Amino acid sequence: MTNVNLIDRYRRKFLGGIAAATGAALAPGILLREAGANPHDQAVSNKVRWGMLIDTNKLKDGGDAMVAACKKEHGWGDEPNSKPEQQGQWARKVTFQDKASDHKVSLPVMCQHCEEPPCVDVCPTGASFKRDDGIVLVDKHICIGCRYCMTACPYNARSFVHENLENQKPHSPRGIGTVESCNLCVHRVDAGKQPACVEAAADAVIFGDLNDPSSTISKSLKKYEAQQIRADLGLNTGVRYWGI
Amino acid sequence: MQRTDFHEIEISSRRFYSILVTLAGVLVAAAYAFFYMESQGHFVTGMNNQVVWGLPHVVAIFLIVTASGAANVASLGSVFNKPAYQPYGRISLVLAMSLLLGGLLVILLDLGHADRLIIAMTHFNFDSVFAWNILLYSGFFVIMGLYLWSIMDRTATAKRCYQPLAYLGFVWRFILTAGTGSIFGVLVAREYYDILMMAPLFIASSYLIGTACFSLVLLLLYKLEGRQLSEVIKSRLAISLCLCIVVVTLIELARHLLNYFIMGYTAVEVFVLRDAGAVTLMFWLGQVVIGLVLPIILLYLPSVKRSRLAIASTLIMLGGLCQLYVIIIGGQLQPLRLFPNAVTETSGNLDIAYSASLPELMLSLGGVAITLFVFTIAVKVLRLTPANS
Repeated sequence: MTNVNLIDRYRRKFLGGIAAATGAALAPGILLREAGANPHDQAVSNKVRWGMLIDTNKLKDGGDAMVAACKKEHGWGDEPNSKPEQQGQWARKVTFQDKASDHKVSLPVMCQHCEEPPCVDVCPTGASFKRDDGIVLVDKHICIGCRYCMTACPYNARSFVHENLENQKPHSPRGIGTVESCNLCVHRVDAGKQPACVEAAADAVIFGDLNDPSSTISKSLKKYEAQQIRADLGLNTGVRYWGI
Repeated sequence: MQRTDFHEIEISSRRFYSILVTLAGVLVAAAYAFFYMESQGHFVTGMNNQVVWGLPHVVAIFLIVTASGAANVASLGSVFNKPAYQPYGRISLVLAMSLLLGGLLVILLDLGHADRLIIAMTHFNFDSVFAWNILLYSGFFVIMGLYLWSIMDRTATAKRCYQPLAYLGFVWRFILTAGTGSIFGVLVAREYYDILMMAPLFIASSYLIGTACFSLVLLLLYKLEGRQLSEVIKSRLAISLCLCIVVVTLIELARHLLNYFIMGYTAVEVFVLRDAGAVTLMFWLGQVVIGLVLPIILLYLPSVKRSRLAIASTLIMLGGLCQLYVIIIGGQLQPLRLFPNAVTETSGNLDIAYSASLPELMLSLGGVAITLFVFTIAVKVLRLTPANS
């Protein structure tokens, strides 16, 4: 009888141990999810649509400083094992020369934060998504690395993390086997600051709320018509250019 | 009407196990390649930020498209009521399921995060053609499995279900292949993939490659058993292949003419058909000459009767593989046009080139090996092969 009781006690202890271990293993996941759903006190609102207007005439370096600032802010592009064409590339400088006029223009090209983003449409899991305020992002936790969004993006704005990474920037986590692109420095925008590339070319770039008629960007867009890259695709980009 | 008996394939255990061991060897190499890519990252492959889908995708989509077409023989027997094909329906369905399994495994194992399969199965974005395809592929296994049961089970319930399942299977295959083609068709930025023609092209190609694969496998099975396949079915398969070749040729012709003259995608057409080096060679020599011209000559010429079906089927499959390589890799090699009527230079790392690495090749061969592995076991343990046809 005593033996039976002893066995029962051991069994209870063992089961209790398993329950505690399971709880300990699951708790961080559950807590992370709860914390992640609403990282700041305020929810993101669709009353705002963030956008950027780049005046290529005022960009003396054609956007080099903007690209460098992005690289520094997010730490992409120096992956030790990847070949050049496999390196992270959130932004790049593109130069085009008109065939008829020989006019040459350089501009930075990054995610254009489309209103109708093809990358979001094609993503099988919903990892590519557009926040209510118009910022197009990749949820690194549910990106399965299928790269469909990369083929769908008309701007070549996305890259794939081809290797394990170390020493990442805490505010801009990146992960092997997932797709990434310009996130409009969402961590800075949420803290009320401007994206790093905008700060690097403050004379040439206006960042602001496209939905607010009194914002500088809206007024500037009303004053002179700005262009979209591949406007023919009807994606209504959040990044606009003057002088292209 | 003559009743068909079915049996497990009659080959010696020694031969059976030597086939399995050979295939298992390839599978071990493929598993090693997968773990290597998974632990190191995709930098060990030839894929990059421009050519994001490489050889594994070509082979995977080849297997998926072939799977849909391989089930055609079963549909011909049931939906189109051609008794000559009916004895081969079982083999046709099991081959189709094995091929789909191989294709899906390769796609899965080439993901950046193959470990997140559960996410792919639980998070669906219904705007995505890819997500729809996951459902179509899963449904294919269920429907083809039930269809096979309705053929093999002799109960009244099974017999009642046979015809509806046959029709469902036929329609499902049609949608599945169109869906696979649409993966490329919906990419607005890629001019080489135009939705109008990608879906019909994939359907026609799947019939062609699938029938070729079925013919080759059937011939091999009979050879393994030391039997002769009847001339009736051989000539019917040959006619089917010829018909499919004509349809695929016409659709391909229409697609290129439409792209060039109507849609105005001249740059990409000139690129793929003239300037893309190995891809251009694959189009003209691989897809056109090896995959379409030579097989139709072989199948039509009465003087080259001996084993012409086997050779033609092999050539058609090689051509089909080239066709998918040209579509998938060729379409990505063409630089995206940000500014029409302008010469564009880009800073940074946008060289566009692709050559497959050894791990990619091993993973791709693994897909073929798992197909053959599963199929070999199935024909050995199940009564799939007709004994008197």
